[in-house]
Amino acid sequence: MAEALKDRSMLLQKEMLARHFERLARAPETGEPVVYTFVPGNLTELIRSFDALPVLPEINALQSGMRKLSGDYIAEAERAGHSEDVCTYVKCDIGMMRSGNLGPGGLKLPKPDLLLLSYTGCYTFMKWFELLREEYDCPTVMFHVPYQGDGVLEPEHRSYMLRQLREQVIPALEKATGRKYDEDKLRHHLALSAKAEDDLVAVLQAGKNRPSPIDGYFGTVYYVGPIFSAFRGTEEGVEYYRTLRAEVEERAALGLGPITPDGPLEGERYRLVVEGPPNWTSFRDFWKMFSDEKAVVVASTYTKVGGTYDFGFRHDPSDPLGTLADYCSGCYTNLNLPSRIDMICRYIEEYQADGFLINSVKSCNSFSAGQLMILREVEKRTGIPGAFIESDLVDPRYFSAANIKNRLESYFQMIDARRLGKTA
Amino acid sequence: MAAGHAPTRAELVEKARDIYDDLDFGAVRRWLAEHPGRKAAGYLPVYVPREIIHACGLLPVGIHGGGDRLEIIRGDAFYQSYICHLPRSVIELAQSGRLDMLSAVLFPSTCDVIRNLSGMWKLLYPDAYVRYIDVPQTPDREAGADFWESELRRLVDDLGAVSGHHPTDADLRASVELYNQTRAMVRSLYAARRERPWDLPSEELYVLLRAGEMIPPEEFIQLAREYLAAVEAEPGRPRDNSRVVVVGAFCEQPPLGLIISIERAGCYVVDDDFLLGNRFLLRDVPLDGDPVRALAEAFVSNDQCTSVLYESDPLGKKRVMQERVAAAGADGIIFATPSFCDPALLDQPMLRSGAEKACIPCIAFKYAENTGQFQQFREQAGTFADSIKLWGAA
Ligand code: SF4
Ligand code: SF4
Repeated sequence: MAEALKDRSMLLQKEMLARHFERLARAPETGEPVVYTFVPGNLTELIRSFDALPVLPEINALQSGMRKLSGDYIAEAERAGHSEDVCTYVKCDIGMMRSGNLGPGGLKLPKPDLLLLSYTGCYTFMKWFELLREEYDCPTVMFHVPYQGDGVLEPEHRSYMLRQLREQVIPALEKATGRKYDEDKLRHHLALSAKAEDDLVAVLQAGKNRPSPIDGYFGTVYYVGPIFSAFRGTEEGVEYYRTLRAEVEERAALGLGPITPDGPLEGERYRLVVEGPPNWTSFRDFWKMFSDEKAVVVASTYTKVGGTYDFGFRHDPSDPLGTLADYCSGCYTNLNLPSRIDMICRYIEEYQADGFLINSVKSCNSFSAGQLMILREVEKRTGIPGAFIESDLVDPRYFSAANIKNRLESYFQMIDARRLGKTA
Repeated sequence: MAAGHAPTRAELVEKARDIYDDLDFGAVRRWLAEHPGRKAAGYLPVYVPREIIHACGLLPVGIHGGGDRLEIIRGDAFYQSYICHLPRSVIELAQSGRLDMLSAVLFPSTCDVIRNLSGMWKLLYPDAYVRYIDVPQTPDREAGADFWESELRRLVDDLGAVSGHHPTDADLRASVELYNQTRAMVRSLYAARRERPWDLPSEELYVLLRAGEMIPPEEFIQLAREYLAAVEAEPGRPRDNSRVVVVGAFCEQPPLGLIISIERAGCYVVDDDFLLGNRFLLRDVPLDGDPVRALAEAFVSNDQCTSVLYESDPLGKKRVMQERVAAAGADGIIFATPSFCDPALLDQPMLRSGAEKACIPCIAFKYAENTGQFQQFREQAGTFADSIKLWGAA
């Protein structure tokens, strides 16, 4: 039963994605407007309210990584003068575009009618769309989301965002799509978002069970895929999360562990919290290093880059633009380091983790700068030693399987030793 | 310096060099000792409104890393190898107590490394006032000015609380005027170097500006004025050097040896973006009206084109290098960027392609603030200078 349900949510996601990419491929003929934007701070409901199709370049880049295409794309961008030191998502995207712009399903991606530069939590975003604008020669609208430097959304920052939404973003969308802003339509999409978000949170919090019926990192990057990309605020999204929640709740009721690429994981031995994005080029191998040891990630921060719903935020149709501002401001990489540390400590406590691990990726200063301090602070506060490994997102040159495996093995041994020490 | 005599150029450069070389920020500590009850506020690159720090009665202090003279003992434990050098030397300075005289530190929105460092500072130094300074990025000037004004007012209140002196409009206006003069002085220095680079070696100009990051603005203006006078009295000898613009070094600073190597290799640096914050606003801030609003409007109407601000003009990045090269009367561009520097390195392909389309010769290299070997830079810059001369003669 559980297997059949699992298949259903996976199948649903596969179908949704296939339909979306087909629609995108046909957009030049159908005339459906296309808006490129980023995962953190994405304004999907607003884009959808203009009947436009969103494209998320990070998702394309990570998919290229999983399909082992990113190495060539990155090489192509570096040949064109892009530095080896900068974010590999950007180079992967530029290389993909220069190699024919074939998206995840092998279908051609359309050019953007608008680059919606939601400048949320990452400096590189600004340059990424400045670079893409050169390639596509299309309009770009900047939406500046102030950083939560003091750990809160300040009222002036919220007003600034609202004003930009009204005076910059909406007019740019109207111009690019030829459609008028329709607030009721936006409310409709926001209500759908909130429904899906409730179900997503139930899925994420299922990680509190022992055993956990989900993997809160490797498995959950699939779970958050629809809501982080094109499907927040859609009926398809609602359906997907309803189905997924039912599957996960059933697994929890039956006391089952998570599904891994090698099948269901039984006999959970280690419960971990993970900070930082995964590596995509060796995603399965990376996951296997955990599942082979019966290590389950019960919660992770990366799965909050597109929204921190598990701390209570829901899109609110009664305040359509305000809720978009609140959403953007609260995305994980827009939070300051003390807030990130608090979040990790809470996860460790609430999800009863035995350990925590930081995967530090070379590409991403937004995540990586300060992670060694996060490690020490979390260790200090929780009394639990953490592990620190290094890799990259989509550059296969920076995934050293042997090193990472060794590091993980010794970490798991250390957890064992601590347990023995405690029971001795 | 003997009283009554105009200081010589060598004396002035030595004075500036002593201030710049002093990793214990002796000039700041002396100022604090001489001004009991007063405090100092640090800032990281690139832009912060120093006027406000000053108007609150605090001494503004630039924190530009430890250069090649600071041994990193603790800083490396905070940063992975693929993060630029600046934050580890800043942490080193702080962890070794060298920044303990700062009551406040401002972290501008230069990049995610400096942004995240603001959070680290909050945890490491809970007694210091820490603020991340998010400058407006929207091209909508009104919205940007309103946002920035509210940020500036917040800073006035907060820094006023740190210093115990909440500035009046008159205080703020006086500081704005003083910084107008400071920027005008920096512009004069740059103009003089552009016209007579043989008279104002970049090595000297640079240490002067670095000293200016650690002394009160009035003292900097005086020092620079004396230096310009000394240059008049002791002119240099023109050489057959190529004229270059150096770009990309606006945050982590190149070691002085690198600047010297570029010039000794036959390139006059006629424009650069070192220490860009000291001349970020290109025009004087008006002194009439509300001073905070005036500062906010000056920021949004400023035409500074830099990697740390969003460029809303699609042709902006293409054009800017041509414009800078033309304004400086330069022959070529050296892209000198810190390793792992997102803003400089992500911008470079756009800037470079604009320059190359306009047939401006370019070279690029990366450095770290603690780079100790300059041979390869000298060779590259030397070959570049020669090739420019060849093309120029052709
Ligand atoms: S730097 Fe980090 S957050 Fe920014 S685009 Fe790259 S991976 Fe994403
Ligand atoms: S050198 Fe570049 S990456 Fe490093 S802190 Fe400065 S701007 Fe950021």
